[in-house]
Amino acid sequence: MTEISSTALWTVIIGLGLGSFALRFVFIGLIGDRQMPEWALRHLRYTAVAILPGLVAPLVVWPPATGGSFDLPRVLAGIVTLAVGYVTKNVLAAIVAGAATLYALLYLLG
Amino acid sequence: MRSSASPIRQGLTDGLPFIAVVIPFGMLFGVVSAEAGLNMFEALSFSVVVIAGAAQFTALQLLTEHVPTFLVLTSALAVNLRMAMYSASLTPHVGPAPLWQRAIIAYFTIDQSYACAIAAYERNPHWTTQDKVRYFFAAVVMICPLWYVATAAGAWVGSGIPDGLALDFAVPITFIAMTGPMLRTGAHRAAALMSVVLSLTFAFLPYNLGLLVAGLGAMITGAQVELWLERRTGTTPPTPQEAK
Repeated sequence: MTEISSTALWTVIIGLGLGSFALRFVFIGLIGDRQMPEWALRHLRYTAVAILPGLVAPLVVWPPATGGSFDLPRVLAGIVTLAVGYVTKNVLAAIVAGAATLYALLYLLG
Repeated sequence: MRSSASPIRQGLTDGLPFIAVVIPFGMLFGVVSAEAGLNMFEALSFSVVVIAGAAQFTALQLLTEHVPTFLVLTSALAVNLRMAMYSASLTPHVGPAPLWQRAIIAYFTIDQSYACAIAAYERNPHWTTQDKVRYFFAAVVMICPLWYVATAAGAWVGSGIPDGLALDFAVPITFIAMTGPMLRTGAHRAAALMSVVLSLTFAFLPYNLGLLVAGLGAMITGAQVELWLERRTGTTPPTPQEAK
């Protein structure tokens, strides 16, 4: 493998930095305190619950750490974390319960 | 629940669990950078300038494969498209803040800070714009510098945290834990379920585009279920955005 050229590397670092900032700034910076239409707000209310589950679902079902094959400890840990978070509404309790489930099962099944 | 605590204290507390996420992943990025031939300064610059884990890994991977620069940029930016959705979602909350504060918030908008902030804003509808800005800065004050430090440490040491700790699962666990309390209404639950189904169905799409399909589909689902529930009960549920 040949080295990454310095020009390519810095072009990517700076271009990706500017592009990522533009994506993050586009609404917060340009709309500011102008009122958004009701239909837009109605959709934006669900941004967090629309993105975060989709971000983690593939990581739970096909974990990169197992080469993408189904892993019972990770799936059960995910379910326990969700259940505890949903019932207690306590994020820290959910994290602790999920991590405990994962380590216990990895130890028992590993 | 903790709505009596000050925004700064809540921000600091909510940011804490992410230390377990940011350290291993920052180190991993440093290690992968070093293996790709980057020196510590280059690896650190990557994390400071771009500050987006998944996009950084994508870009670095494609750079080592000598993919044309334009395609590297396009692919990595596609991975980051969800940031525009976060930006839109934060706008009703911090839009009235001064431009320089919004610019700093934009720079520090990552999955973790967004997830903390939106949960806290829904929990504390009485917060002023400045309370919300203070919370955001408090939540990132530990996460983001640690991302830089961990990257540099990984690049310098050349090895990450051992696999046996299963820290790969820190990202899913922290995000799932934050999602649980967000599932307040039928509309939220329907959106989350649709997000899971669509992201698994469209996981085959390149450049993380399946997540975008899932996100848009789930937002539409949430909005439609909300309208349907309103029509059925004839009342408008109180929402944090409207209550400001």
